[in-house]
Amino acid sequence: MAGEIGHFALILALVIACLQSLVPMIGAGRGDPALMAFGRAAATLQAAFVTCAFAALAFAFVQTDFSLAAVASNTHSTMPLAYRFAGVWGNHEGSMLLWVLILSVFGAAIAWYGDNLRDSFQARVLAVQGMIGAAFLAFLLFTSNPFARLSPAPLDGAELNPLLQDPGLVIHPPLLYLGYVGFSVAFSFAVAALIEGRVDAAWARWVRPWVLAAWVCLTCGIALGSIWAYYTLGWGGWWFWDPVENASLMPWLMGTALLHSALVLERRGALIGWTILLAILTFSLSLIGTFLVRSGILTSVHAFAVDPRRGVFILAIIVGATGGALALFAARAPVLASGALFGRVSRETGLALNNLFLMALTAVVFLGTFYPVIMEAFSTDKISVGPPYYALTFAPIAVPLLVLVVFGPMLMWKRDTLAGVGARVRWPLVACGAALALGLALFPVARVTAALGIALAAWLVVGAGAILARRWRHSGDFVRAVRTTPTATYGLVLAHAGLGLLVAGVTAMSAWQSSQVLVMHPGQRVAIGRAAVTLDALTQGTGPNFVSLIASFTLDRGGRESPLVSERRFYPASRTQTTQAGIAPALAGNTYVAIGEAQDGGGIVVRLYDHPLVDWIWAGAVLMALGGTVSLADRRFRIGAARPAVLPAGRLAPA
Amino acid sequence: MTRWLYGVPVLLLAVLVAVFAHGLTKDPSRIPSTLIDRPLPPFALAGLDAASPGFAAADFTAGHEPRLLNVFASWCAACPVEHPMLLKIAAGGTPVYGLDWKDEPAKASAWLAQLGNPYRRIASDPTARTGIDLGVTGVPETFVVDRHGRIRYKQVGPITAADWEGTLRPMLDRLRAEA
Amino acid sequence: MRRLVLAAALLLAMSSSGPAAAVLPSEQLRDPTLEARARTISATLRCVVCQNQSIDDSDAPLAHDLRVIVRERLTAGDSDAAAVQYLVDRYGHYVLLKPPVIPATLVLWLGPVVLLVGGGIVVARLAARKARVPDAGLTADEAAAAARLLEGRG
Repeated sequence: MAGEIGHFALILALVIACLQSLVPMIGAGRGDPALMAFGRAAATLQAAFVTCAFAALAFAFVQTDFSLAAVASNTHSTMPLAYRFAGVWGNHEGSMLLWVLILSVFGAAIAWYGDNLRDSFQARVLAVQGMIGAAFLAFLLFTSNPFARLSPAPLDGAELNPLLQDPGLVIHPPLLYLGYVGFSVAFSFAVAALIEGRVDAAWARWVRPWVLAAWVCLTCGIALGSIWAYYTLGWGGWWFWDPVENASLMPWLMGTALLHSALVLERRGALIGWTILLAILTFSLSLIGTFLVRSGILTSVHAFAVDPRRGVFILAIIVGATGGALALFAARAPVLASGALFGRVSRETGLALNNLFLMALTAVVFLGTFYPVIMEAFSTDKISVGPPYYALTFAPIAVPLLVLVVFGPMLMWKRDTLAGVGARVRWPLVACGAALALGLALFPVARVTAALGIALAAWLVVGAGAILARRWRHSGDFVRAVRTTPTATYGLVLAHAGLGLLVAGVTAMSAWQSSQVLVMHPGQRVAIGRAAVTLDALTQGTGPNFVSLIASFTLDRGGRESPLVSERRFYPASRTQTTQAGIAPALAGNTYVAIGEAQDGGGIVVRLYDHPLVDWIWAGAVLMALGGTVSLADRRFRIGAARPAVLPAGRLAPA
Repeated sequence: MTRWLYGVPVLLLAVLVAVFAHGLTKDPSRIPSTLIDRPLPPFALAGLDAASPGFAAADFTAGHEPRLLNVFASWCAACPVEHPMLLKIAAGGTPVYGLDWKDEPAKASAWLAQLGNPYRRIASDPTARTGIDLGVTGVPETFVVDRHGRIRYKQVGPITAADWEGTLRPMLDRLRAEA
Repeated sequence: MRRLVLAAALLLAMSSSGPAAAVLPSEQLRDPTLEARARTISATLRCVVCQNQSIDDSDAPLAHDLRVIVRERLTAGDSDAAAVQYLVDRYGHYVLLKPPVIPATLVLWLGPVVLLVGGGIVVARLAARKARVPDAGLTADEAAAAARLLEGRG
């Protein structure tokens, strides 16, 4: 029954989405308030129906209704409840439904929270959202129906891949999709603005909160994915440049550029064309990512369904959405008002360079991911692009950008001088130099790049702090200075400092990681990093749907002992094995233990790793997301379109 | 701002979509063979048991006829699917040599006893070294070797009737007619 | 106790930097320099039957075979490049995780830099074109208004 309700709800949602695509757009063109208001009602209804469909699917999963094919393939009666629920999005059809759910909810949010938008503009935005929604609802209904029936229904299901039976599955995909789909709002805003022919600071003010919210979710989603891979895959890798990982990184890089470009547009009315282009491209990269994951065009450990027919459908959506938007851009962007002027040394230039570097980084990831496919079109040779490529191409472009990050907030708007900004970055420069000298002194010459990495991290962190220091130092009343500092400034400081932590973690992991692989017997003690690990005992264990071999260790760090456990699990329903690593976190780095096969003679293969500063990578990412969240809390985002301030005589307007 | 620059993104997208559409028709995990038109790498392998002699690369130049070299294993899930096809091909007169890859000879013998033996000669490659020299990544795979001992084609996956009628048989006919 | 310490020291000496995802103790070479070279090379070779893993990271049987072959070639005296070429001869460029620099991959290697530099030039020329609009300066009325505001503050 739930299946039928859900299916019907989806069909209704598709019909409404189609209407939502047309009616408000016509209404905006004619200036008809009733037709424009229909857009808001349609968006709400669409969200309601898709929510209903999602609830129906979730119900079927939790109740293990094996007559639904999706449920039968992805869940099992012995699976814990949390994973039965999260299994809704652990497969292609269900995750697509989650995508559409978030899309429709965002559309409804534009309808409810868009009171400060011009009616015609809001109507057009909702129409574009409706088009995207309709396209994906059609994709669901015609190629990936989550409510497809299995007849006869099997007695039990095929179980979710044990690697996915993890808390990570409960949070990682929803956060990612909030990010991907959140950028659709910026896309709709951009297309609507191109249709209206008007892009100004007010537009940027409307768009920025949505972009920031999506960006925060995507940052958290990517960080979570990295953490999940770290503790699940058994060897402590945290980024693999896998095509699906890259599919999440590309919208993130472009979204970061969009965020900063919209800032310039809002404050100074400059970089108009660039901001619109970025808004279109960011969501387009989300779409291309969806295409990559679900079409089978590239191999990946993450790839869902390998079905070229679905790929063709998504490609058609890309042609319509991205192609349409870019064609509109080509036609209309030249007639948009030209942006404000700015000098060669100014914050606008800094942020324009920021755009450029981030787009180049996106190009690196894009080319690396898709070049095997591109090359197939003109060559019979087949190549692979893996981590060695990115190591050579990503870092050289990222490093100048990271240097620029400290200069950016220190530059004045419109007109500044190199000497002026050079004076303002004195302290970060000192910190950087000190860190570099220390690094080179402590470590052998072969590690010059590592010392530079740490120096860069110091540059970023002190540079972030310097922003606050400059603000507070020149004010007489320290407490007042702290209270009157705009919330968004705190957001900026947190985010840029987080970036510094991330750079430190990445540098340490690249330069100073170490590992050992050996057969250990109970009682044996092995040194790893600055710690030592002793194997105490090997025992058997059981879980709700698995049996396991448990290895208990004692970790000795400078005299302090603590227990460490690593498991190898066997899941009988799917006949697969997973390794649960034992991880002992510390500020200076993690000790990571993963067991392998038991050997004849009582020993067991043990892999020991020392991971210096690896947690700083995710702490940095979380700090960045926190910075974004703090910025969102800034009152200025919740005020409507900019109104010219009426200045009482004798008072200057606040900066 | 020169207007045409605004059109670059949509043009790039058009190229990209064309590339993707083309890519959808390909299998990303299928590797082209590096040995096409090159001689078989040298090898000499024993057979499955004392009774069968095994074969070497040199054996492919003796006899002046093109042959099929089929890589199989008793643990291979897809091999029983192509086995009837191989029996048919062998019955039709084409010599098929079998390479038992990463397998135990006793198990392979039992498997062949059960399913039928299409192979003129069988070699055992338990360490998979010869397989790696041939660029084998899985089973079943089949090589078309001409009378001079050169590899002319590699079939990845089971040989279906369509593969035989459409690709392999015409190729073998051509190779027989060749000098 | 002494033997344990000795064993630990030997093992420490054999450890290499970088992840050791799937290498088994039985595969490792006794010579630590050769083993380190093998690990570095393995990290750049693709497991041809896996999804985007190096042979160092994968526990597929073929990855094991290839790891062993790399070690055999190094033990036989091959240079790093020769050992890698041995596998390229058999599996083609697909086995290299670092794509070869050949005419067909020029766009891959140079594309982003060209984009960065090209984009930079475009932006600089745009800025130059805009900057040619002269700054008009303040009119007399604007100057007076500015003076009034500034005086009002002091």
